[in-house]
Amino acid sequence: MTATILEKSGFNADKKLKVVGTNPIKHDGVDKVTGRAKFGADLFLPGMLVGKILRSPHAHAKILSIDTSAAEKLPGVKAVATRADFPEIKPGSIGGDMTRNAMAREKVLYDGHPVAAVAATSEAIAKAALKLIRVEYEVLPHVIDPVEAMKPGAPILHEHVRTKGIKDADKPSNVIERLDLAMGDVEKGFADADVIVEREYDTKPMHQGYIEPQSCVATATEDGQIELWCCTQGPWVFRDRLSDILKIDAAKIRVQQSEMGGGFGGKTGFYGEPVAVQLSRKAKRPVKITLTRNEVFRATGPVSGTKSRIKMGVTKDGVITAAEAELVFQTGAFTGSMFSNAPQAMFTRYNLKNIKTISYEVVSNRPKVNSFRAPCVPQVVFGVEGVIDELARKIGMDPIDLRLKNAATEGYKTIYGDVFGPIGFVETLQAAKKCEHYNSPLPPGQGRGVAAGFWFNKGGETTGTLNIAVDGSVTLILGTTDVAGSRISISMMAAEELGIPVDKVRAIMADTHSLGFNRVTAGSRTTFSTGMVIVDSARKAITELCKRAAGIWGVPEEAVTFEDGHCRPASSNVGTFEPLSIAQIAAKTMMTHGAIAGHSEMNVTGAGPGFGLHIADVEVDKETGRVDIKRYTVVEDAGKAIHPLQVEGQFQGGAVQGIGWALNEEYFYGEDGRLQNASFLDYRMPVASDVPMIGTEIVEVPNPKHPYGLRGVGEVPVVPTMATIANAIGHAIGIRPNSLPMSPPRLLKLMDEARARNGG
Amino acid sequence: MTKRHHITTTVNGDEYEFLCEPQQTLLDALRDEMMLSGTKEGCATGDCGACTVIVDGTMVCSCLVLAVEAGGAKIETIEGMAQGDKLHPLQQNFLELNGLQCGICTPGILIAAKALLERNPDPSETEIRYWLAGNLCRCTGYDKIIRSVQAAAKEMRGD
Repeated sequence: MTATILEKSGFNADKKLKVVGTNPIKHDGVDKVTGRAKFGADLFLPGMLVGKILRSPHAHAKILSIDTSAAEKLPGVKAVATRADFPEIKPGSIGGDMTRNAMAREKVLYDGHPVAAVAATSEAIAKAALKLIRVEYEVLPHVIDPVEAMKPGAPILHEHVRTKGIKDADKPSNVIERLDLAMGDVEKGFADADVIVEREYDTKPMHQGYIEPQSCVATATEDGQIELWCCTQGPWVFRDRLSDILKIDAAKIRVQQSEMGGGFGGKTGFYGEPVAVQLSRKAKRPVKITLTRNEVFRATGPVSGTKSRIKMGVTKDGVITAAEAELVFQTGAFTGSMFSNAPQAMFTRYNLKNIKTISYEVVSNRPKVNSFRAPCVPQVVFGVEGVIDELARKIGMDPIDLRLKNAATEGYKTIYGDVFGPIGFVETLQAAKKCEHYNSPLPPGQGRGVAAGFWFNKGGETTGTLNIAVDGSVTLILGTTDVAGSRISISMMAAEELGIPVDKVRAIMADTHSLGFNRVTAGSRTTFSTGMVIVDSARKAITELCKRAAGIWGVPEEAVTFEDGHCRPASSNVGTFEPLSIAQIAAKTMMTHGAIAGHSEMNVTGAGPGFGLHIADVEVDKETGRVDIKRYTVVEDAGKAIHPLQVEGQFQGGAVQGIGWALNEEYFYGEDGRLQNASFLDYRMPVASDVPMIGTEIVEVPNPKHPYGLRGVGEVPVVPTMATIANAIGHAIGIRPNSLPMSPPRLLKLMDEARARNGG
Repeated sequence: MTKRHHITTTVNGDEYEFLCEPQQTLLDALRDEMMLSGTKEGCATGDCGACTVIVDGTMVCSCLVLAVEAGGAKIETIEGMAQGDKLHPLQQNFLELNGLQCGICTPGILIAAKALLERNPDPSETEIRYWLAGNLCRCTGYDKIIRSVQAAAKEMRGD
């Protein structure tokens, strides 16, 4: 039986901490400010070829034939790959979908879907070779909008799909699944309500927008070994999926993660990697594939767009009695949206007894969606928090007070069956209510909005090793990817346990040969889970240190205790011995029993749910419809901020991503089903001049399951952002937008409608 | 293929010679021919600023400059920003105030910020925000970037 959690976390709220809670410079920082850090595209190998991918110009078409003969003859072309180079895997299986997304087989399903690839001695030759490949298509009718895709007669993407969750579904459908999730009795709940609000909402797919396009280098050898360098949030998951779809032993694939130039969920699945591997297997030379920004937009995963209907009821004195939702998630060409998060999380933070939800996941002719911070939750919280705001207004209650009145506390049983341990939602709301921003007068012409959000936070399979060098300094081998600063936070926990300065610790991100399986870095699990594994490793190393000290002193093991970086006699009865530092013991390892290390693998549980409340002040230009965010504050429970500056950075970054999603970011598809704004110029993410400073307030209600009380902090900051801004806009212009993005033309139209309704 | 051009240029004070194709960008030449991979590609269309360098005193997106144009030019990249063991005050303040998360946009932002402080040693928050509006960052929400630039400017002024 393997440990699933650190049996005794040793959490102690009164423990005086020396390292945890401070803000040391992150150890990977110097390489990043000097240009030395190696990201995905920064590996250059001798004999390396350039790989390029030919992509479908059609949203939906049958592939009748592919002729690569002219490309193969072009001097400098070393390999060409098509569907014929990928093993056949049954459509509809996980591997079947993955291989078809990496390289189209029977059909192309979206503009940008890969159909062939070449590896050549230069980029210019590779591009010229792509132009020589002849693909014959039979163009099929396509469907972009998920609601259209649900209608009878819509073009069908996958003939094998029968809707899961619908009894006796016997016809092909674009609806992958219907999921019903409910608790209590909503009819009775609504009967008990004095005020009921029901609204419809619409959110658009948004791209994760990492600045580093996916890039990889694959090297295959004559004896079947594969080395893959890539920017990935999950080296082990990449390895095992490659093993599955390419039919190669996992042990023959070594994935080494590069530095990660932004992922946010978008690098949890692969794109060019299997293609680079197959090209390298043919060419027997390293092949690098770096996606262009155009390819990133056309073919890598945005997050799901949604259509939703949300209904909630409240009594006059502010008790929410029932909630109901119907949700449609656009998943792109293949399933995998993780839409089940939405009905589980959308109302969770309120003490609700009666909930009913129906959710649908729908395919359409767009790139397969991928994860993004709190997958599928911000989209529906956009609606839930709008309804709550309206309920508060209708019963004349302060919006934070209504949330406080209904806030879930320890012991609440969630719709997904978990019972909350100690959580900090009430404390978060109280902190927000007390903060200077919420109590400051609102300048004339501005609107203020608030909204709350929740994320489960996650654990999962995690491994790690801690090694003590002969001089007493320490190296950590971590399996999870560092997406923004987890190496330093985890190093700090190791230093705290060992009683040494954090400068004596260095961490590396392992390749897949060095450690056992690690789940992807996602769901705000990394600092929590890998932190726990490294604390466990440190404690194992401490046990060994005590054993060595006992040997040196010639006393029994139990007569030695470890405190403040030193082995000491457990009591005065043991004898008089000068304490031994880690360095002193490590220096003797040659004479004792060799190196001292700790290793741990766990399927980590015990993640502490996270809650946040955001406050925004906005001004809407009545002539242009442009929204100016004047002030923004994030209040969130971190459990314990290991490195407060990093935590603030997560709050601020998440909020600004949400601001982009709220105000500007959307995809434009033409009648032909092709993406029309596949560039950073036309897909408008926030720039520095679009946003103000983002205020932060870190609430710390510890999670006792973790040695240092931490929760996760990466997902929650984006969850309530769009709702917060919409509520603020609603306050400013008198009508709450229920459709994203709240871009100038949309807001102008909305203000015109409001004026017309109010008689001009 | 097309005839390659022989280019001589100066990067961070060192002379480099390389061969390039006429359509090759300065960004590609820096990374692929001169092995200076500190300058990053985020878009190759001049929209993200990750490839920002200084050419003869002018801040440019190196993805929008042809490699052949670098002939005889003096180029500054991120690799030349620290002097020996001494980081530039911008680099040091970005580290201390956590002005970077993933770090992919950082080289471009540092070069752009340095160009700003050379023109305007005491920029307001708004001036910093507008100057850096051509440099996308998806991690930080810009807050700590702006604060790092402010702190570096203050240090460099000796206030």
